[in-house]
Amino acid sequence: MSGPSTYVPKSALGRWFESRLPIGGLIHSSFVVYPTPKNLNYFWAFGGILSLMLVAQIITGVVLAMHYTPEATMAFSSVENIMRNVNYGWLLRYLHANGASMFFFAVYVHIFRGMFYGSYKAPREVLWILGVIIFLLMMATAFMGYVLPWGQMSFWGATVITNLFSALPGIGEPIVTWLWGGYSVDNPTLNRFFALHYLLPFMIVGVVILHVWALHVTGQNNPAGVEVKSVERDTVPFTPYATIKDAFAMVVFLILYSWFVFYVPNYLGDADNYIVANPLVTPAHIVPEWYFLPFYAILRSIPSKLGGVIAMFGSIAILAFLPWLDTSKIRSGRFRPLFQIFFFGFVIAAMGLGYLGSKPPEGAYVIAGRLLSVYYFAYFLVILPLLGLFETPRTLPATIADDVLAKGGSAILAGAAQAPSTKG
Amino acid sequence: MAEPTRRDFLYIATGAAAVVGVGSVAWPLVSQMNPDASTLALASTEVDVSSIAEDSILTVKWRGKPVFVRHRTAKEIQEAQSVATASLIDPQSDQDRVKQSTLAGKARPEWLVVIGVCTHLGCVPLGHQGDYDGWFCPCHGSQYDPSGRVRRGPAPKNLEVPTYAFTADTKLTIG
Repeated sequence: MSGPSTYVPKSALGRWFESRLPIGGLIHSSFVVYPTPKNLNYFWAFGGILSLMLVAQIITGVVLAMHYTPEATMAFSSVENIMRNVNYGWLLRYLHANGASMFFFAVYVHIFRGMFYGSYKAPREVLWILGVIIFLLMMATAFMGYVLPWGQMSFWGATVITNLFSALPGIGEPIVTWLWGGYSVDNPTLNRFFALHYLLPFMIVGVVILHVWALHVTGQNNPAGVEVKSVERDTVPFTPYATIKDAFAMVVFLILYSWFVFYVPNYLGDADNYIVANPLVTPAHIVPEWYFLPFYAILRSIPSKLGGVIAMFGSIAILAFLPWLDTSKIRSGRFRPLFQIFFFGFVIAAMGLGYLGSKPPEGAYVIAGRLLSVYYFAYFLVILPLLGLFETPRTLPATIADDVLAKGGSAILAGAAQAPSTKG
Repeated sequence: MAEPTRRDFLYIATGAAAVVGVGSVAWPLVSQMNPDASTLALASTEVDVSSIAEDSILTVKWRGKPVFVRHRTAKEIQEAQSVATASLIDPQSDQDRVKQSTLAGKARPEWLVVIGVCTHLGCVPLGHQGDYDGWFCPCHGSQYDPSGRVRRGPAPKNLEVPTYAFTADTKLTIG
């Protein structure tokens, strides 16, 4: 997509520096002149929003760590101390706790965007898999972070999730003891979770750099799903076009984030987590944070311990194989009439599983959970492989420029090459 | 084939040192996460069972986990013994589960001692609840009978029986 940088700094000092470390040229070619498809919609702003959230979580997290005590008898009260006594502690903690939710909200939009527009298809398979790895690291980080306040949900969430490994035949029990550093979740567990919760975000930063690198090698996908054919006709420079659009989307996103932080800071949390951890009493109703609920529902849908654990991890791992499970040559869902129906069915199934994950595992909830779990896996293993063979796609626009013009520019630019595309 | 040279020797020696070095550093890094000496030292707990009335359960903490000491009624014992063992999810006779409940060679089947951790995902089950009036796990709905045997999944196994012994009429040592 981008050739060697032609960037030449204006000042003599800049040129001196550039000839020794060409970081200015790297930034210039990656974020200034970098060609972005003309037809990107606001779903493409979520990559930038996610970068913003990662930085926000690291900054608020580092300052919270300056006031937090990772010790089982003091952790809970140190969090309350942050809330009551530390200057702006309430703000920093609410930003961090709600920031995790906003981060997951954005990543789910980002993933669904990729799934609808076929962003995982060749040549972007590695880019997609790096994204799945980031998602896994995010889940591990969020899970361990939720344990740190050492409330009832922290403790019992940690107990249930670490016990998932006990399902492994033979080696399960030793692995769980090893993870805990004892015979139950206790101080050693809290200590190591804190260490890892501080470490993993920086590993995420590392994989994000690879993700962006892979993106800049293949170039962005776009709503039409056709590749850039002419940089002149099909693209605009990243700055100012994408920069301003991303910045505007970030501000809108921050309004939503601020609404949670300032008006309903505990809405997404669980009241039980304001009770200090008690190893002898399990809360009546254990639920994970909302962003884990669909996977939790899949776990509970399988009436076998090992089977449930395999299905839950499998429901995430299967994303990595998506590039090879979808047999259709057409990238964008806009031009796949049948795919659209099944895709929105998938979105509804995922949300339905999220709802069921918050409900007690009994009666009709269990049956509904099983049906939706079957659809979840069938989407990847049956529907997508077959759909590519039987579906008749709509006609693709020849180029990105044609797609843009077909949408509204045709009247102005009469005579421009028209593609016989229909609106998707 | 040419004679081995000094360079070959250095190549093999360096490779061997790297393999041994990585191995000897990797193991301490893995092992440090296992329970430390102070955790292992908390091996046993003493319980006075005189305060546990018939048909009630005392929960004590052992190795950071709850242990249920249940004083069972004659009816519960009789029912637990009469279940067809082969029909259970994790077949085990009631006699087998309380075989450590003895004092001076005399069986005391009224005392059931089990680790209060659901064998599904580690929640603490609630006593005197569920269809069998044994335990009910609030997390994922597993049910246990008054012998601590799983009667309805998703839990795959019976509640674990720890090592214990009665050292006197009212004195129970767990671990």
